[in-house]
Amino acid sequence: MSRVDGYGRIDRSRTLTFTFDGEQYAGHPGDTLASALLANGVRRVGTSVKLDRPRGITAAWSEDPTGLVQVEEPFPEPMLLATTVDLVDGLVARGLGGRGRLAEVPDTARYDRRYTHCETLVIGAGPAGLLAARTAARRGDRVVLVDDRPAAGGSLLGTERICGRSAFDFVADTVAELRADPDVRILPRTTAFGHYDDGFVLALERRTDHLAQPPRDVSRQRVWRIRAGHVVVATGAHERPIVVEDNDRPGIMLAASARDLLHRYGVLVGREIVVFTTDDAAYDAAADLERAGARVTVVDPRPGAGGSATHHARVVGTSATGSEDGAVTAVTLDDGTVLPCDALLLSGGWNPTAHLFSHVRGALRYDAELGAFRPGEPLDGGTVVGAANGTFDLAGCLAEGRGETPEPVARRTHVLWRTEGEPARQFVDLQRDSTVADIARAVASGMRSVEHVKRYTTIGTAHDQGKTSGVIASGITAELLGVPVESLGTTTFRPPYTPVAFAALAGRQRGRLYDPERTTALHAWHVEAGAVFEDVGQWKRARYYPRPGEDMEAAVLRECAAARTGVGILDGSTLGKIDVQGPDAGVLLDRIYTNMMSSLKPGRVRYGVMCGVDGMVIDDGTVLRIDDERFLVYTTTGGAAPILDHLEEWLQTEWPELRVSLTSVTEQWATFPVVGPRSRDVIGAFAPHVDVSNAAFPFMSWLDTEVDGVPVRLARISFSGELAWEVSVDGWHAAAVWRRLLDLGAPHGITPYGTETMHVLRAEKGYPIIGQDTDGTVTPQDLGTEWAVSKKKPDFVGRRSFARPANLDPLRKQLVGLLPVDPDLKLPEGSQIVELTDALPPPPVPMLGHVTSSYRSAALGRTFALALVKGGHARIGERLTVPVDGALVPVEVTGSVLFDPEGTRRDGEPSVR
Amino acid sequence: MQLIHCPWCGPREEVEFHYGGQAGVAYPADPAVLSDEEWARYVFVRDNPKGRFEERWSHSAGCRRWFTAVRDTVTYRFER
Repeated sequence: MSRVDGYGRIDRSRTLTFTFDGEQYAGHPGDTLASALLANGVRRVGTSVKLDRPRGITAAWSEDPTGLVQVEEPFPEPMLLATTVDLVDGLVARGLGGRGRLAEVPDTARYDRRYTHCETLVIGAGPAGLLAARTAARRGDRVVLVDDRPAAGGSLLGTERICGRSAFDFVADTVAELRADPDVRILPRTTAFGHYDDGFVLALERRTDHLAQPPRDVSRQRVWRIRAGHVVVATGAHERPIVVEDNDRPGIMLAASARDLLHRYGVLVGREIVVFTTDDAAYDAAADLERAGARVTVVDPRPGAGGSATHHARVVGTSATGSEDGAVTAVTLDDGTVLPCDALLLSGGWNPTAHLFSHVRGALRYDAELGAFRPGEPLDGGTVVGAANGTFDLAGCLAEGRGETPEPVARRTHVLWRTEGEPARQFVDLQRDSTVADIARAVASGMRSVEHVKRYTTIGTAHDQGKTSGVIASGITAELLGVPVESLGTTTFRPPYTPVAFAALAGRQRGRLYDPERTTALHAWHVEAGAVFEDVGQWKRARYYPRPGEDMEAAVLRECAAARTGVGILDGSTLGKIDVQGPDAGVLLDRIYTNMMSSLKPGRVRYGVMCGVDGMVIDDGTVLRIDDERFLVYTTTGGAAPILDHLEEWLQTEWPELRVSLTSVTEQWATFPVVGPRSRDVIGAFAPHVDVSNAAFPFMSWLDTEVDGVPVRLARISFSGELAWEVSVDGWHAAAVWRRLLDLGAPHGITPYGTETMHVLRAEKGYPIIGQDTDGTVTPQDLGTEWAVSKKKPDFVGRRSFARPANLDPLRKQLVGLLPVDPDLKLPEGSQIVELTDALPPPPVPMLGHVTSSYRSAALGRTFALALVKGGHARIGERLTVPVDGALVPVEVTGSVLFDPEGTRRDGEPSVR
Repeated sequence: MQLIHCPWCGPREEVEFHYGGQAGVAYPADPAVLSDEEWARYVFVRDNPKGRFEERWSHSAGCRRWFTAVRDTVTYRFER
């Protein structure tokens, strides 16, 4: 046992049991897994990823490059740092050889996110951060103080004195003052991991992992999204090791980490300790460890440093002779002395933890005196204080926390990246098994930038992102290149500062909450009817309604036949609807649509096409004129939001003089096409007071009426070529009206159909789906809808582009029909089309176009397709080839309208008119 | 995540906004009289300066109003 009495903030009155690598051990509340392992004398935690060398704990907190474990209980998680895993009763973990394993069971814990805003955000509750928070709070700011440790205090370990008192008393008083302030939020166990523009900081709060019995109503982790007027980075510094031969053995760690383990957890990392340092701070560690009972030998190459017992030499190697766990047993000095030991502590100075300053493009500059990069020019909206700013003395930290400029203090750091030795066993990044030899190889290969060296050697790419190795890698690279470090700089710090679980980033946006789901007013009916749904944007649309034993093909053939021979009904509520109102509504629509809308009479309907300024089709649909100053514009389902935006943009930015207002009414109206030769019977029964004859209620007309007091709009619009009505009603009454239509249609065999049947019916008629049969490079002329392009209007959006040479090219891709010569063969959508051939020529094979829609047709008794084909209109009657899975399928090019090209069915079958 | 100042709603997060490209490119008074090249210049060609740039933005997830803002394309900073 290496636990010593009288030290540490653990609760020794209670004992926790945990399992590591199959062995049971005991620890105390307040321990981390790392401190409990070291307290039990377990120094070898795992093996290295490439070389299989034994590795232990080399730092006391998140900067540790080595101590990765796989936690199995309470929930399996890979690659956590033993130094940051809170010890809880029943914890089961094992050491890793560099790679973890993802959990194979679902994570039942909750994760969430919160937003908060403040004038001042302070990151780090060490002495500088505490004073910065207190200063801001006393000024009246709303303050958020985040700190990644369980308790405030930062690097303070209790031996220091502040204002004549124990440092811990000072911390307790300051925290109490902040807690009493209702405008201050203190977030312990919270790591600020990303700093972005305009004071935006993301922080991860670990809320329950340290609790013996986590409450079920508290999320396990929470991502805080903090927007601050001013960000104070008070994140301290990381001690920097010195690279020596065989510096990776268990028992070798940073000097301040050993001191931290003593004061936080009462763990003495060795009884016979060698401290190798080029910096004064390690002497505090040496003194504390000696006071706790260890024999400490200091090795310090700086002339005049330390007392008479100090060896003025360098450590050049370590050995593990006779050690069962591979831990260090002796070190060798450059003067030949061999010092037996059970721990080697390294200290080559300190690196300011300036990551969060760098995230927002804060420039770092090299400080030769510190051997470190520190924040350069300050940024707007933020300050860096204390050790993070390169101010390492306590008085200086307190002064900077108060917003004052500290007295300069001379440092006696001697910058030493490494000592002499075998480069292949001098480890720079212990997690990546990357050595000085790897850097030498990178430099010898011609690399001159630290960014290239990083990627070649992988130094700094592990979980710790090079917190202890990055600056050393720059230093050694500079030495090998013979250039000053400042000319190389250091690699870029990017978020996240420490690893963040995807579950935490996802928060509650998992499963059904991943993306909003939109459902129509009839959704419950569709579900009950056994509909198979498809996603159309965020909408859940009924695709088809299979009967027992039916697959999609059989169901769709049945639904199509019903609509063509009897009557079918569709939930078309997802179509976009825009209410266009105002004295200039007609003027606006005339400028937007390719055809004339202002001449439409109230009570009538017109189909229209919209283009962008480049003359390409962006949407199509029908327009109902309500009265002189009001139109209802139908868009495609996918066009509902973009087309409203498109209209708003033109209205606001080009024609603000037009008196028009636009409102989306997509959600307000439910719309049901009732389709087929028997639809007149159903609508006639539904609205018996309405004359539904062709003479009284012609194609492309509409009227408002009431059915049992419910306002209903009836419109004769057809997206199938059949006699059809669209029944529109507010969402509240949608289900009742739908059921009424089904009841009234039952004698005629009314058949609900889904989007798949809708697609087949429209494709048989050659009606394009914008976005499926078009792709933003298709003009109205390419679609064969010149008839909807006005010759009379002087201008509309896109008109001028129709005269561009590219738009007049006869070889443009044009929409045509394709009939496979084999009537049973359905072409895959997206198939390429080539000239008719028995054998493909050598590549590149000239492509003529592609299949945009392809179905099996009940009405045609065969398969068919729509396609965009180069010069397609002129190729009607020709044969082409479609390669399908290695076979060359011959197809015949036809016009795009394959069913009822004369339009005889629009007013009903002649026999039932 | 930058803050963008909407003239109607004040500072809001950038995800609420939609970018509209260069500002001040008016729709030609009479497109029919333009040469193909002049029209193509209006449809396809925009400035791409390094530095100060007048841009159109729409507060699309907020008040839905379009406005013009000046931004530095190097620093991303908006002028206020």
